[in-house]
Amino acid sequence: MDYITVIGLEVHVELNTASKVFCGCKAEFSSEPNIHCCPRCTGMPGALPALNRKAVEYTVAAGLALHCNISRFSTFERKNYFYPDLPKAYQISQLEYPLCVGGYLDIKTEAGDKRINLNRIHLEEDAGKLVHAASGGTYVDYNRGSIPLIEIVTEPDLRSADEALTFLESLKSVIKYTGISDCRMEQGTLRCDVNVSLCRPGEPYGTRTEMKNLASFKAAHRAVMYEAKRQREILSDGGQITQETRRWDDVKGKSFTMRTKEDAQDYRYFPDPDILPIKLSGEYIESIRQGLPMLPGVRARLYIDKYKLPKYDAEVLTADKEVADFFDACVRLYDNPKIISNWVMTDIMRKLKENKEAEDIFIPLSPDAFTQMLKLLAAEEINQNAAKTIFEAYWKGDGRSPAQLIEELGLAQISDSSALEDILKGIVAANPNAVKDYRAGNTKAIAYFVGQAMKATKGAASPAVVNGLIKKLLE
Amino acid sequence: MDGILKKSLIEVRDMIKTGKVTSLAVTQAALRRVDETASLNAFNYVCREQALARASEIDAGIAAGKKDGALLGVPIAVKDNLCTEGIPTTASSAILEGFIPPYNATVTEKLLGAGAVIIGKTNMDEFAMGSSNETSYFGPVLNPRDNTRVPGGSSGGSAASVAAYQCYGAIGSDTGGSIRQPAAFCGVVGVKPTYGKVSRYGGIALASSFDQFGTFARSVDDAAYLLSVISGHDDRDMTSMKDGYVYKKPDGRLPEGFRVAVPNEFVERIEDKSVRTAFSAAVGRLTAAGAEVEYVSMPILDYSIPTYYILICAEATSNLSRYDGIKYGKRAKNPADLLDLYEKTRTEFLGVEVKRRLMLGNYALSSGYFDAYYRKAQKVRTLIRNEIRAVFGRADVILTPTAPTTAFGFNAHSGPLETYLSDIFTVPANLAGCAAMSVPDFGAGALPVGIQIMADISCEDKMFAAAAALER
Amino acid sequence: MALTIKDVEHVAKLTRIRLTAEEKERYGTELSSIIGYFDKLNELDTSNTEITYNNILDVTELRADAVEPSLGREALLTNAPEKAEGAFLVPSVVE
Repeated sequence: MDYITVIGLEVHVELNTASKVFCGCKAEFSSEPNIHCCPRCTGMPGALPALNRKAVEYTVAAGLALHCNISRFSTFERKNYFYPDLPKAYQISQLEYPLCVGGYLDIKTEAGDKRINLNRIHLEEDAGKLVHAASGGTYVDYNRGSIPLIEIVTEPDLRSADEALTFLESLKSVIKYTGISDCRMEQGTLRCDVNVSLCRPGEPYGTRTEMKNLASFKAAHRAVMYEAKRQREILSDGGQITQETRRWDDVKGKSFTMRTKEDAQDYRYFPDPDILPIKLSGEYIESIRQGLPMLPGVRARLYIDKYKLPKYDAEVLTADKEVADFFDACVRLYDNPKIISNWVMTDIMRKLKENKEAEDIFIPLSPDAFTQMLKLLAAEEINQNAAKTIFEAYWKGDGRSPAQLIEELGLAQISDSSALEDILKGIVAANPNAVKDYRAGNTKAIAYFVGQAMKATKGAASPAVVNGLIKKLLE
Repeated sequence: MDGILKKSLIEVRDMIKTGKVTSLAVTQAALRRVDETASLNAFNYVCREQALARASEIDAGIAAGKKDGALLGVPIAVKDNLCTEGIPTTASSAILEGFIPPYNATVTEKLLGAGAVIIGKTNMDEFAMGSSNETSYFGPVLNPRDNTRVPGGSSGGSAASVAAYQCYGAIGSDTGGSIRQPAAFCGVVGVKPTYGKVSRYGGIALASSFDQFGTFARSVDDAAYLLSVISGHDDRDMTSMKDGYVYKKPDGRLPEGFRVAVPNEFVERIEDKSVRTAFSAAVGRLTAAGAEVEYVSMPILDYSIPTYYILICAEATSNLSRYDGIKYGKRAKNPADLLDLYEKTRTEFLGVEVKRRLMLGNYALSSGYFDAYYRKAQKVRTLIRNEIRAVFGRADVILTPTAPTTAFGFNAHSGPLETYLSDIFTVPANLAGCAAMSVPDFGAGALPVGIQIMADISCEDKMFAAAAALER
Repeated sequence: MALTIKDVEHVAKLTRIRLTAEEKERYGTELSSIIGYFDKLNELDTSNTEITYNNILDVTELRADAVEPSLGREALLTNAPEKAEGAFLVPSVVE
């Protein structure tokens, strides 16, 4: 009987508050070291934390979006260990009473929807950054120190690398919807650690290893695949898994032991006496709930019910807030969700996929200009070809109005029969063989004439008008 | 000694304000006195130039009509665990030797904002860990009343400085008696207000849930007044109370029906005869002033010392881990690697008592012992707090001696546990967070005796009323 | 409760200090007697007692999310034992 892969995730998300979680320094990335720092976030003698209200609010928002129980009473603990990126030699975190408990996220798998349960979400401070100095030694930069961070801990409910990847993508989508973080893995505002163990069906979970340094979702996926394979080989050979923390090397495509359980640290957590427990009222939690935007699942349901879109389309449209917001903006300007959905699902999605390395989805179209173009298309003032030309121009950032573009690029559809008739007469005269074919009963020859007409008009001819005219001329 | 130094803080402030004397003259007199009594070793750092420049600046301001400032031109001494921008701050530890804070503590800001002239940073036990000032890296302070005895600790320098007329008032910190016990030993008034009345921001932490800054002066009135200057809410300290202490001139009379509780357990623990005599006299004076005195039993107080030491050591070990040789302070030479840097630095620059307490704290917090020590002590703290608050339900103040003995000699204790046990009278107030102070009594013998008055949370007014009745 | 030399070495390690053999002995004896005294707390039943987070305050107002001026790098690094390139410098950290 084969092994089951058991995966749990710890996802860290940096919150995009203006100031840090325990001081007023800018919570902002900077290439200049140590400029967003003060006595508090560098652990100077006597400095004390002052908790940022917004960081608490954002954590609760994440908890509500992920169906957690929000704690009415919550405490902050100190996690004690020495490391240069931790200036107080303790990290302010939450252990006993985190802000959010439980929760879940439903993900799509090949076997249908699957519920991944969460253990908790807690608020903590980020550590500083260590940079290897070429001259030897390590530079310590505390700009990132004390930027608010939430840690989302799942139950070990994931069963494959694919599920882990889907979970991460869905989680990112939900978090981005709430607006509490930009979730950029490349900048480290979203980071994840993966726990992997194997067991036989029906047996208890095996010994797990923890994988760190996963710089992208793809790396997480690869690391899980690698680790599951590594463990399977050990177990198949009758070996035992060592409980350890491993470091993933994405270039080598391998992971390496960082530390084993024997040198596991004793963090000596205890309640931080500088920070009072947080008490949240039901009204406060409710007000945060009211302020949440509509989340992907609910929004997809709305698209299905209100716009009569197919389930698949609704889910694709709502997977990313940027896309769904664009769709909504267009629908507000042009009440034809089906047409808009078709364009988003095909042309826009294709464009977005072409730009896959960009982590953030960005649609460079003005809903106003885009829907004007769609209206002209529907009114047959332009044809499909012209519409695509305009779309391409807009995607590249062309600021001209559709009318200007039509005028300046000569995209107006020629529906005027007399103008087209002259052109068509010329084509008929120049192609006696094709005329013969048609008259011999080969009706497909008509397509040839239409093609020639489009070529002659640079695509501006109305196909419908051309069709009617050419038949008349040939008969 | 210049006679001006014998004036009260409030008097000299008024004299400076009205031009009867200049701040510069007063500051010069204070600095001369510091020099004359330099053998006391009360200061880690005397900021002579800064003080003189500031006094002149204040005098110029007064000449130009700028006469606001509760401490206008008055020389004040500050314990060396309070950050002072541009002025060395060491907490009497080698590991912070040479540290010059780039920021002010809130208390420092308030003092400067009130026009005070800070004349120096007073000696103390290293990181406030001690009751005799003997753990200071800069050597012990001598008791001005008797140079063969300790001044008490940890705020020994502040107490000695006030007692020796080097300044009009001083700031200290009190984690388990560090203001009250040296005040008692040196014969001055020492006030530890309710936890949260004075901001801890910029005060070098020993144990965050116990530490409270407070005042020393030669009279109850001056100590209360000085407290009102440094007290008040601070957004930078989440444990700071909404309302600070507001000074009210005591009218010298006890309120009608004033009730005083005396715990039997403490009376039994008095060791010196002079302390016993002075304490009986104090009870007598309050009775004569119209108070009802009730002897109460508080057996839970027997558990104060273990509870206190477990918790402060646990908090301290975390608070002091930041002294790692990376961001400021001393770093050991030529470390082989990061671990070597940490261990060499801390081994070389932390003192014996500090190491002892940090190890105790780590023991109490470590895996396998956390519930038995740290969590247990936190729960007992709740019991002690509840019992003390219950007594305040039927008494306005609790009266005890400040310490079981008068000032003892150097190296008097046989071991650390004996030293810890001598804090028995003062730690309950810190465990409960309530207000407490020491008022000197000079009647019973060669050395002063401190009488401790504890009052409920935010009941400083009652405490000062009783203190004024005791003062003589 | 008596601490073994191994216990002392463990807490010294957690504290990031090194002890000589003589210090281990001495601290071992002292810590054992102090911790033995701490065990006095076991006389009390605390099974129904909550821990104290703060004696005085129940709640406190949280800080609004407003940016305040930072310290400035020069001031931040003035006290650094070793610095370079606008950063604190430590021995090479390999991870």
